Amino acid sequence: MASLIRSWIPLLILQSFLVAIAFGSKEAEEFSEALLLKPLPDRKVLAHFHFENRAPPSNSHGRHHHLFPKAISQLVQKFRVKEMELSFTQGRWNHEHWGGFDPLSSMNAKPVGVELWAVFDVPQSQVDTSWKNLTHALSGLFCASINFLESSTSYAAPTWGFGTNSDKLRYGSLPREAVCTENLTPWLKLLPCRDKDGISALMNRPSVYRGFYHSQRLHLSTVESGQEGLGSGIVLEQTLTVVLQPETTSVETNMQPSWSLSSLFGRKVVGSCVLAKSSNVYLQLEGRLGHESKNVDTEIEAHKLWKNADFDLSLKPDRVLRESSSLLFIFDIDKSSDSEPFDLGLTWKLPSKWSCQQAPLQATRFLMGSGNERGAIAILLKATESQEKLPGRVVTDGRCTIKANIFQIFPWYVKVYYHTLQIFVDQQQKTDCEVLKKINVSPSTDKVSSGMLEMMLELPCEVKSAAISIEYDKGFLHIDEYPPDANQGFDIPSALISFPSHHASLDFQEELSKSPLLSSFKEKSLVRSYTEVLLVPLTTPDFSMPYNVITITCTIFALYFGSLLNVLRRRIGEEERFLKSQGKKTFGLKQLLSRLTAKIRGRPIEPPSSDSPAAQSSFLSSKLIFKIILVAGAAAAWQYFSTDN
Amino acid sequence: MASEKRDKEEEEVKTDDGSPKIKPRPIVQLGIFLVAHSPVFSVVFSAAGVLALLILPLLAKNTYISENALMPGSARSMLSNRDVSDGSKLVKDIKNYWLNHEGQGVEVQKLIGKYMSDMGAEVYYQKFHPEGNQFHPLHFFSGPDSYTLLDNVSCASYGVNVAGIIRAPRGDGKESIVLVTPYDFINGGDYEALSLGITSTLFSLLARVTWLSKDIIWLVTDSRYGDYRPVAAWLTEYHSPSFKVSDLLKCGELNTADTFRRAGTVAAALVLKVDGRSERFEDTLSIYAEASNGQMPNLDLINVVNYLAVHRQGFYVKVEKVVSLLSSSWLKIIGEIFEAVGKLARTLNPDWNFGIPAADYLEGSATLASSLYSQALGIPTGPHGAFRDYQVDAITLKISPRFPPDSKTRQHDFFLRGARLLEGTIRSVNNLLEKFHQSFFLYLLTSPSKFISVGVYMIAFALLVAPLPMVAASLYIEGCKALTKSTDNPTENLKSWKWLDAAKQVFALHLLGFIVTLLPYFICQVPGQHSPRNRSIMWGTTSSSLLLITFAIIPGCSPFSSRHHGTNWAVLKSVTISAAFIGLCLMSIINFATAEIGALLLVPTCLMAQPIKPALRSRRIKSLLGAFCSMVLLTIGFPVMFFAISKGLFGEAVVGLSLGGEFWTWLESLWAWKSATYLYIGMVHLPCWLLCLCILFHPS
Repeated sequence: MASLIRSWIPLLILQSFLVAIAFGSKEAEEFSEALLLKPLPDRKVLAHFHFENRAPPSNSHGRHHHLFPKAISQLVQKFRVKEMELSFTQGRWNHEHWGGFDPLSSMNAKPVGVELWAVFDVPQSQVDTSWKNLTHALSGLFCASINFLESSTSYAAPTWGFGTNSDKLRYGSLPREAVCTENLTPWLKLLPCRDKDGISALMNRPSVYRGFYHSQRLHLSTVESGQEGLGSGIVLEQTLTVVLQPETTSVETNMQPSWSLSSLFGRKVVGSCVLAKSSNVYLQLEGRLGHESKNVDTEIEAHKLWKNADFDLSLKPDRVLRESSSLLFIFDIDKSSDSEPFDLGLTWKLPSKWSCQQAPLQATRFLMGSGNERGAIAILLKATESQEKLPGRVVTDGRCTIKANIFQIFPWYVKVYYHTLQIFVDQQQKTDCEVLKKINVSPSTDKVSSGMLEMMLELPCEVKSAAISIEYDKGFLHIDEYPPDANQGFDIPSALISFPSHHASLDFQEELSKSPLLSSFKEKSLVRSYTEVLLVPLTTPDFSMPYNVITITCTIFALYFGSLLNVLRRRIGEEERFLKSQGKKTFGLKQLLSRLTAKIRGRPIEPPSSDSPAAQSSFLSSKLIFKIILVAGAAAAWQYFSTDN
Repeated sequence: MASEKRDKEEEEVKTDDGSPKIKPRPIVQLGIFLVAHSPVFSVVFSAAGVLALLILPLLAKNTYISENALMPGSARSMLSNRDVSDGSKLVKDIKNYWLNHEGQGVEVQKLIGKYMSDMGAEVYYQKFHPEGNQFHPLHFFSGPDSYTLLDNVSCASYGVNVAGIIRAPRGDGKESIVLVTPYDFINGGDYEALSLGITSTLFSLLARVTWLSKDIIWLVTDSRYGDYRPVAAWLTEYHSPSFKVSDLLKCGELNTADTFRRAGTVAAALVLKVDGRSERFEDTLSIYAEASNGQMPNLDLINVVNYLAVHRQGFYVKVEKVVSLLSSSWLKIIGEIFEAVGKLARTLNPDWNFGIPAADYLEGSATLASSLYSQALGIPTGPHGAFRDYQVDAITLKISPRFPPDSKTRQHDFFLRGARLLEGTIRSVNNLLEKFHQSFFLYLLTSPSKFISVGVYMIAFALLVAPLPMVAASLYIEGCKALTKSTDNPTENLKSWKWLDAAKQVFALHLLGFIVTLLPYFICQVPGQHSPRNRSIMWGTTSSSLLLITFAIIPGCSPFSSRHHGTNWAVLKSVTISAAFIGLCLMSIINFATAEIGALLLVPTCLMAQPIKPALRSRRIKSLLGAFCSMVLLTIGFPVMFFAISKGLFGEAVVGLSLGGEFWTWLESLWAWKSATYLYIGMVHLPCWLLCLCILFHPS
């Protein structure tokens, strides 16, 4: 009993504290946590952790935060960040099986490595400075080499191709950044409960990083209060999306694997984070509501939804919501405790098959050509099966069209020839004006800035495939510009394909719900997909050959010192005078030739290292010295070979 | 060498003017000495060059794994019996299919594709045309050309490749490893099916492992149209697809439009073939590595395979060798001499153990000869050659099991070992962060575990061509002297232009050689069906008439012109030798082995060439012998003759007109494979040979 009281005391204090805050300010800081679980058609399970932290607008002077991380608010204030998104990703999002036309994938399918974009609220001239400072600050905050985005060769300023129209937007990505726990820990530190309590306690590092896809995202935006004297509010959204493979013992390949939270993560939820306003677990099941009735009034039917012939949930959902093609089970984890942990499980009874809704066009990008000189980049857009069913077709002049934006950054050492842009639609080459609605090109400058290409394509609705190819030359880097492991090749960051006329949203028709996760799903988000990162092999010098370096250095030293000694020692004027005096004596071709032959015969007699004038003057003594040197050399050689070899 | 020559000229100028001369530097003195005694030195250097070539097997070093990241054999194999049973099941299904069906359609491809997709791979089919290589003179060195579409595509003959891609679970998809198994989808083949079984076993494992960092592509090629062409077609589609509409897509019931998938930059490729029964007690693994123009994959790739095959899976590993050399008695005698010398050296100093047993020497030389020959020919020795065009390191592994193909009991063990070998290799390549670059690209193999690096084998070539500039310089001086004596006109006495007449002749004949090189292309364009023999006759007549026209048009070019118009033969020979030297040196950069074999032929011919008329007139034994030698060498040096002789050495005697046909077919294969050897024969060897002929019949 005493222990119970003891454990309750801090909670009570906290509670009163919170109440005090709530009454003290007009609008309190809010934190909410949520976990969305979703079985995927290819026998995997997606887990999407969603944490939202809101700081209301308040007086910017002497600001104090209760829940909101101070580091972030300082960042926002210092660099005047209007909106920012940072993501760390490992693995590739499988658009074919994991979907491409829902808010979850369009927001959380990120390119490999680190991606950062930010909009600033500063005058145009200061945007680059703010960006550079921001990259350094984030680099320190998240233990990642984001500071490499500082260099003007690695970021770009997209105007409209990125989806956010702003001239104060900067975008950069680091495809080679490895993502690991050292990036997750600082990210977790921003949460009020860290990973000690609540949903985030599920993040067992080995199981989180064992997944097929891992993307940790931080999105923050400022909300203008509109009032004088008040600063702006900040909304910080932190998400972690992992795709896990449940361990299964069944041999049947068409049967979906059954799983539970503890089998996926190796941990269970023991209560919510006390600081969270709401903490829910959602389970989304796709493609299973076509035939069932709409109203779920009766208890039996509701029961049928979560315990039926197809599958079995281990816990009773608190509520069930539905959308056009999916079911959403909502679980409140407040009730769970140490003695009764929350361990949701899903058991499949019958083989079931469904497919995710895909983006209108599926994009792949690849390199063309061979050799170290030139090549081409091609982007292939293929119509997906679900293309016809999708809304968002624009009919202009009696033609039904699909719009697609392509945004791509080229590093400067990939020298793109923009005039070689070729567009093929359904294997027919099209002129630019036919399909290209808008294009914005900013060419790269060697070692100064990267190139950028923004294109808006308007493709006919019945398009089967479209291909875009653009040629480039491979540049040469200076020897100290090569990164470590240069022989791997160089990365071209992912291109972003977005569909401006298509928006994904999931509306569960739930007015009551104040859940930030559901409201973020409800918002219409731009359908976008990132392509693969490309690896361009460039010519690399042979770094791993110290032998060459030693040889060259020694040669240069030898040449330098040899000629220096020669210059210091020889007296050319004297030699010429000597030769002239000799030349007077001997004259004519015959004599010269005979002298030449004599010299040729006499050459080996001359000792190569004799520099005493006495030796040269006397023929006999030089012969003697030569013999001595010969014998000594032979002896030394014999000694050397007999001992060393 | 060129600078020495210049130095020599300067020297001459000064001595003739009689002006006071600065004492020449030692290096110049050495040059003068070498030039003055060029006949002796040329004999010494040439002999040393041949000797250096012969002792190469003694100098071979043991291979070692240079890239530490490879770590071959450090991981335990994860193959289980379940994987092997997957492989066995595929082989059984294919065999059952052959029992019940006739070989038509794409049913076998679909069967393999189904297996792949059941394992969790992305599968697609690719159609291709069997005709590929078309000779075009202008595209000779311009890499693999983009997919040239034929307008009148017939659906009568096309091949279908199957490919499956396993995506690395946590990889970024930037790189991939390709596994190729050729399979004849129409006729089948028991041994070929075994290669599918091995790869399927491996694929089943790779589909569920978590350590992959590079995607794996398994390509089953339609080997009905040869081993090389389907792989080349797939690589062309992979690297330079045509986005334009292709008629080929409409052929057959299989729709392959827009299904081609890629998986990043190819890091390495392995071609697996199973054929024939091993003659030895163990299963035999043959490694083929030579790609076009003597390009080799990185030695580390061979090392990894060799290490795993020998030390882990117990295969008997071998590389190609010239079998006829194994029984040659002269080589055996040389080997015994080297063995004796080695023994003698060891008695003098126990540390000098360079001697190897005569049997090892014989094996090494036979392998070296094969290695040199395959590199010199410039034709890839297997489908792996197609990958080299895209800077991908690739080798072909040919496994010969020791059991007959229908032995069920041995099959399990064979699949397990074969798949483990491939698994280890793929795991090593998968470990690589960078592409292969640590180890050698320029080497000759004398056994699977012994190699000769470029630094060693260049010595033989350097010694062989070293006499050329010396002799050229000495002949030039000689010729200049003769010219100065014969002409009294002071305007013609300008020394520096004496070589111009000779150079004109050399240039004219090189131009002729260039035209003759291009002729086959135009002969191929002649409408109508012609047999290779007729085409070679056409080529021969056109070339010889062109030669006669050249002699007629350019005065002083012909060996039959009058004496006064003709150039001094010594100057002509000097320029010829210089041209041969430049040609050989250039070729040694492009394809070393061709240059080495070419030098063995061309250097003695060029050095020995001298007019026979004075020799016949003088009737001295020495000069007659020299004339006889040069005639023999010239006869051997004629490309067709050399082709016939080498054919004879390999035991296929061809005589008469059929030789022309054979030669034509051989040359056709050379240019179809874009071998630089073809260019060498046409543009270096043939002109130099003609020039030597001119010297031989020089009317001096």
